[in-house]
Amino acid sequence: MSSRALRQPFSLRLTSNIFLALWCLIAAFPIFWIVVMSFKSPVDAFDSNALNVIFGPATLGGGKGLSLLDIILGIAVIWVTIAFSTKTLPSMVKSYSKPGQEWFGWVIGVLVVLVSFLVAFFVILPAILSVLNPWFGPLGRDVLGLTTEHYKTVWIDRGFSNNFKNSLIVTTGVVTVSLTVGTLAGYGLARSGSTLAFWILIVALVFRALPHSVLVAGYLPVFINSAEWLAPILGENAPTLYGKPFAVIAVLVAINQPFTIWMLRSFFQNIPAELDEAARVDGCSHFQAFRRVIMPVMWPGVITTGLFSFLLAYNDFLVTALLLDAQNQTMVPAIVGMFNRETTTTDQVVAVAAAVSITAPLIFLVLIFQRQIVSGLTAGAVKG
Amino acid sequence: MNSRTFAAFVGPSVFMMLLFIAFPLVSVFKQSFYVTQPIYETVEKETCTPGFLTQTCVTEQVSQPKLDEHGEIITQTQYVGLQSYRNVLEPERAWRAISDGSWHVLSTINFWKALRFTLTFTLITLPLVVGCGLGIAILINNAARAIRGPVIFVSLLPFIITPVIGVLAINWLFRGDGILTAMMEWWLNRDIALFAQAWTIEVLMMLYRVWHVAPFAAIIFYAGLQTVNQDSLESAVIDGATRWQRLKYIVIPHLMPLIIFVAMIHLMDSYRVFEEIVGFSSQGYVISLQWLTFDYLTPDQAGNRSISRASANSMLTMIGVVILLILPLRRTWRDHKGGH
Repeated sequence: MSSRALRQPFSLRLTSNIFLALWCLIAAFPIFWIVVMSFKSPVDAFDSNALNVIFGPATLGGGKGLSLLDIILGIAVIWVTIAFSTKTLPSMVKSYSKPGQEWFGWVIGVLVVLVSFLVAFFVILPAILSVLNPWFGPLGRDVLGLTTEHYKTVWIDRGFSNNFKNSLIVTTGVVTVSLTVGTLAGYGLARSGSTLAFWILIVALVFRALPHSVLVAGYLPVFINSAEWLAPILGENAPTLYGKPFAVIAVLVAINQPFTIWMLRSFFQNIPAELDEAARVDGCSHFQAFRRVIMPVMWPGVITTGLFSFLLAYNDFLVTALLLDAQNQTMVPAIVGMFNRETTTTDQVVAVAAAVSITAPLIFLVLIFQRQIVSGLTAGAVKG
Repeated sequence: MNSRTFAAFVGPSVFMMLLFIAFPLVSVFKQSFYVTQPIYETVEKETCTPGFLTQTCVTEQVSQPKLDEHGEIITQTQYVGLQSYRNVLEPERAWRAISDGSWHVLSTINFWKALRFTLTFTLITLPLVVGCGLGIAILINNAARAIRGPVIFVSLLPFIITPVIGVLAINWLFRGDGILTAMMEWWLNRDIALFAQAWTIEVLMMLYRVWHVAPFAAIIFYAGLQTVNQDSLESAVIDGATRWQRLKYIVIPHLMPLIIFVAMIHLMDSYRVFEEIVGFSSQGYVISLQWLTFDYLTPDQAGNRSISRASANSMLTMIGVVILLILPLRRTWRDHKGGH
C-alpha cells in the first residue's frame, strides 16, 4: 500500500518493533503482575525474587498447585472457548435468531458460552484431572503454586459481593440516566446553531475542568441535613440523602453530563441533518423525527458514550467514598479501605485479589468494545 | 429548531447541571465565609476517686458541647469573613517564610505544600505524556497491520484500569522489597527505600500518570497519523528530506490541533491529581490540592468535618482552574465569533 519512496530499511523496522514490544511489556506488566500475585500465598506474593512469585514454592509447599497436565488441559479449554466464540458463535447467532433481533440472540449465545465455560473449567476439568494426574507420573506432579483461597476470602468472608452489588446499582443507574438525559441534550445541541447552545457547551466545558472535591464540598452539608430541609415538602419520612445510592447516582450523572453532551453532540453532528429534515417534511414533529429516524441510527454513538459513563461510575473513588456510608459502599473505596487498614501480608494479598476482581470486567470490556472505545476517544478529539 | 423544542430537548440536562454543579459551587462559595460549630459551655465537674479514709475529689472546669432536649449537639453558624481562607493560607507565616527565603518552612503549611506538588506534577507530566503518546503512536503506525489490533488492546489496558487500582498495582511492585525495588537494588548494589522520602514518591506518581495517560494520547495521535497527506510525505522524500525533517515539518504540524487538545485535557486532569495520593498513601510526604479538600471533608476522630476550610480550599483551587481555562476559552470565543 505504501509507496516505494516511503519504504523503511529493515534496521529501522526492527528497532521500531522492539520499542513497541517494550511498550506493550510496560503497559501490561503491572496488571499481569497483580493477577499472578493474587493466586499465591502471602510469602510468595511479596517475595523479592520474581521467579519465586511466578512459580510459588511456598504455595506449592502448602499443597496447592497445578501440574503440567493441568496447565495444558486448562489452556486447551480456554483456547477452544475463544476459538468457538470468535469463529462459530457469530454465524450460529446469525442463522438462529430472527433478523432485527440479533442482539437477543447474542445475549443468549454469550450466556450459554459463559455458563458452559465456567462449568467445564471449574467443575468437569478438576474432576477429570483428579483421576488423570496420578496416572501420568512426572507430568501429573504439581509444578506451579496456585491458590484461589484469597478470592474466596474476599468474596465470601469479607462481604465483597455486597460492594459489588452496590457498584452494580450505582453504575447501572448512572449509565441509564446519563444516556437518557444526555442523548436528548446532545441531539438538541447538535441541531441548534443558536448562541445559547454555544454558551451551554462552553459552560459545560468549564464544568468538566472542576475538581470533583469542590462539588462534594457543596453537597455534603446539604445531604447530611436533608431530612431537615426536605421535611416541609415530604413530611415526616423525608430521607437523609447522605449514604443513599440514588443521591450518588444523581451526583455522578451531573458530573458526567458535560462530557456526555459534548461527545453525543459530535456523534449527532455526523448524522446528516437531511435525514430528520426529510422526516419533518413528511409531517413529523421534532420528537417524532428523533424517535423514528434518529434513534435507529444513533446506537454506535450511544454505546460508546455509555461505555465512558460506565467507566466514570465504576472507577469513581472520591464521590462514593465521601457520600456513601459503609453499608452502601462500592468496590473501589472498599479496596482502598482494605489496603489502608490491613497490615499483615495475608491481608495485603486479599486486597490484591479484590483489585484483580474489579479489573477483570474492565479487561473484558476492552476485549469486546475495543473498536467503540477507540472511536469514542478519537470522536472527542477530532471535533473538540 | 425553535426555542421551545430546544428547551425541551436540552432542559433536563441543563437542569441537572444547574442543580448539581452550579448550585453546589454557589453554596461552596457561601460556606467558605461561615463556620458551623457546636456551642461550648463551661461546667464545673467534680470527679472523685476512692481513697483511704476519705475520697479524693477534684473539681475542674470542663468545656463541653451544649445538648438540646433530644441529647443532640446544638450547633451555630457564624459569619467569619475571610477567617477560613486565612486558616488555609496562613498568610503571615507564609510571608515570613518567603521573605526569609526558607522553602522548608513554607512547605510545612499544607496548602502551599499541596500547591507546589500539584503544579510540579502538572508541568512535568505534560511534556512526558505528549512525547510518549507521540512516540507510541508512531511505533504503532509503523507496525504491521495484523498486529496493530492486539497492540492497541494492550495499550488501552493502563488507560482503562481504575485509577486507584492502577496506582496500587504500581505500589505493590515497589513497596518494601517489591520485585522492581529488589531489581534496582541488585543493579545499583545499594539499599533503596522508595517510600521514605518525598521525591522518590513524586517520581513514582509521575511515572504512574504517564503510564496511565500516554495510551490515551497515543490513540488520538494514531488516529491523526492516518490522515497525514501521503503525497506531501513522498514529495518531501524526493526533495531529500530526512526522516527527522519529515516528522518535524509535515507530521507534527499536521497533528498540532490534536497535540493542543491532548495537552488541554491533560492539564485539566492532572491539576486534579488525587488518586495517586490515596493509592500510594503518601499523605505524610506528598499531598495535592484536591486531596487537601478531600481530607478536610473526611470526618476526623471526633466525627467533625471542617466544611468551611474545605470550601475555602476549593475556592482557592478554582482560581487555578480559571487560569487554566482562560486561554482555550478565548480561542473558542474568537472561533465562534469568526464563524458567524
